[in-house]
Amino acid sequence: MKLLLEHAHVEGIRYYDTYRKHGGYRSVEKAFKMTPEEIVEEVKKSGLRGRGGAGFPTGMKWSFLAKPEGVPRHLVCNADESEPGTFKDRYLMEFIPHLLIEGLIVSSFALGSSMTYIYIRGEYAWIVDILEQAITEAKNNGWLGKNILNSGFDCEIYVQRGGGAYICGEETALIESLEGKRGNPRIKPPFPAIQGVWMRPTVVNNVETLAAVVPIINNGGEAYASIGVGKSTGTKLLSVCGNVKKQGIYEIDMTQTVEEFIFSDEYCGGIANGKKLKACIPGGSSVPILPANLTLKTAKGEARYMNYESLADGGFATGSMMGSGGFIVLDEDQCVVRHTMTLARFYNHESCGQCSPCREGTGWMYKILKNIEYGKGKMSDIDLLWDIQRKIEGNTICPLGDAAAWPVAAAIRHFRDEFEWHVNNPDEAQNRNYGLAHYADPIHVPVSA
Amino acid sequence: MKFSAEKLNKVKEIMARYPEGKHKSALIPVLHIAQEENGGWLSTEAMDHVAEVMNILPIEVYEVATFYTMFNLKPVGKYVFEVCRTGPCMLNGSDGIIDYIKEKLSIREGETTLDGMFTLKPAECLGACGYAPMMQLGKHYREHLTKEKVDAIIDECRRNAANNN
Ligand SMILES: Cc1cc2nc3c(=O)[nH]c(=O)nc-3n(C[C@H](O)[C@H](O)[C@H](O)COP(=O)(O)O)c2cc1C
Ligand code: SF4
Ligand code: FES
Repeated sequence: MKLLLEHAHVEGIRYYDTYRKHGGYRSVEKAFKMTPEEIVEEVKKSGLRGRGGAGFPTGMKWSFLAKPEGVPRHLVCNADESEPGTFKDRYLMEFIPHLLIEGLIVSSFALGSSMTYIYIRGEYAWIVDILEQAITEAKNNGWLGKNILNSGFDCEIYVQRGGGAYICGEETALIESLEGKRGNPRIKPPFPAIQGVWMRPTVVNNVETLAAVVPIINNGGEAYASIGVGKSTGTKLLSVCGNVKKQGIYEIDMTQTVEEFIFSDEYCGGIANGKKLKACIPGGSSVPILPANLTLKTAKGEARYMNYESLADGGFATGSMMGSGGFIVLDEDQCVVRHTMTLARFYNHESCGQCSPCREGTGWMYKILKNIEYGKGKMSDIDLLWDIQRKIEGNTICPLGDAAAWPVAAAIRHFRDEFEWHVNNPDEAQNRNYGLAHYADPIHVPVSA
Repeated sequence: MKFSAEKLNKVKEIMARYPEGKHKSALIPVLHIAQEENGGWLSTEAMDHVAEVMNILPIEVYEVATFYTMFNLKPVGKYVFEVCRTGPCMLNGSDGIIDYIKEKLSIREGETTLDGMFTLKPAECLGACGYAPMMQLGKHYREHLTKEKVDAIIDECRRNAANNN
């Protein structure tokens, strides 16, 4: 079932004429015959949940937008995509840029945003050109600019490049950055829906979320909601990386089991080089890592599915999260300590430094993990790591602190023996290829919190 | 560094994308232009020029330039290899690629070759995890790196530099 990538492989779909020929911009024609409230209603009915990581219902978020008289409102598209393992938004923007532009026009109309911004991570420099070209084409064909389709509604879309900072994916940091400042997250409340960019009411949505508005308007919210399972409606893009045969982007309707997704030829095609599955981080680097057994089955022994609810089954003790859809697979040769160390370094590098638990804690976690990884760790370091991550979680201004704590906690929870192995075998720990096979292990008892 | 007339127009065009009085929002895009014009890094002089053109305080520019990873506050080589080393890239051999570049160019992470041609700048996830190992070189990504590809990229840079002189 493909909604977003249906035409992704059509030659020339990046350009307006081909895109239009394949049904592009129909949703704008339809939306401009509706009222903004009706559009919001359709999005609510669709059950669409934010694709940026938190999974917040989009229709509900839109209905929170304050509408004080005489104050402009803004829609901002979050294209900062910097969560390790995540590269789906890039694919959409690079290959089907008009789908995002189309979704942005409909959403801007629904929210009353006449100046809409795409905030894109600075490293995606060439994609800025692709988006700007698509915007120009859309404008030349009357889908943007003044009085679109004689509706009286004006809209411009601008692309803003960031400067290389993961934290600017967090919506209030993004807003600060869009204002030309350091990307320090704001204390909430006030929420962006009340006071966002330039203190005006603002909606921040992920690229994939806004692209999904197109099929929702084309086919209706109910049709969208009928795809998927339960509260995981519609389709979801996954970016797959690590040690599978076929890395890349997949669009799924969330009815597949994890086993099917990893091993069937239709999706990842199994583990590369004939190796065995060791572990999986199913939703971007921030979500808990799971050993092979818990990746494929829940703690109750039932099959685990590729949707929000099933991936989270068991909470953090035995489950994980859908997150951003960055699906990272580790084979039997990979070292969980080393992988976790790179993530700790990442979060330490990306902490904005405003809160001491995050600024200091991420630094300590990296330092200790580095010691353990390079054979200089002590047994007590493992407990110290556990202690530090607990002191970060929940004690910071923005969720980056949690995002840094969770991967460390989960690695210790499920792979404690691997940390101990590093401490006990300092010489061998220097050698990189020594993965401990966890595929046959019974479910580990979580370390008591 | 001073913006050329052409770049100055581009800067003005970017500043006009924001509501009246909110042109400070253009700072990061304008700093990218300044860095390109200044040989890949931001000198104090370049930042002061940005402040002047945008009619904001120099300190507002320094604050921002020091926050974002993409802005280099020290001179860099003509070609900067930004090799990603975060988990997903590591799983597919980025450590080996970084070691190979270090050995081949005789530099450590963060250093520039003596001839000023190459800088190795280790990077964190660049959103190319499924095409690892990878590096950013200028505006574009080089993906699925192998030692042979690294050799070819180095040759390509040397050729380009020779042709431009
Ligand atoms: C540290 C951090 C980084 C984030 N990075 C991104 C990102 O790169 N892209 C994104 O869409 N959302 C990111 N988010 C989530 C945003 O704050 C926000 O929830 C999202 O853009 C809302 O859009 P959605 O409801 O459409 O998902 C990040 C959040 C945090 C805490
Ligand atoms: S949790 Fe970390 S990134 Fe977030 S505001 Fe605090 S210091 Fe900054
Ligand atoms: S981890 Fe290297 S590009 Fe994402």
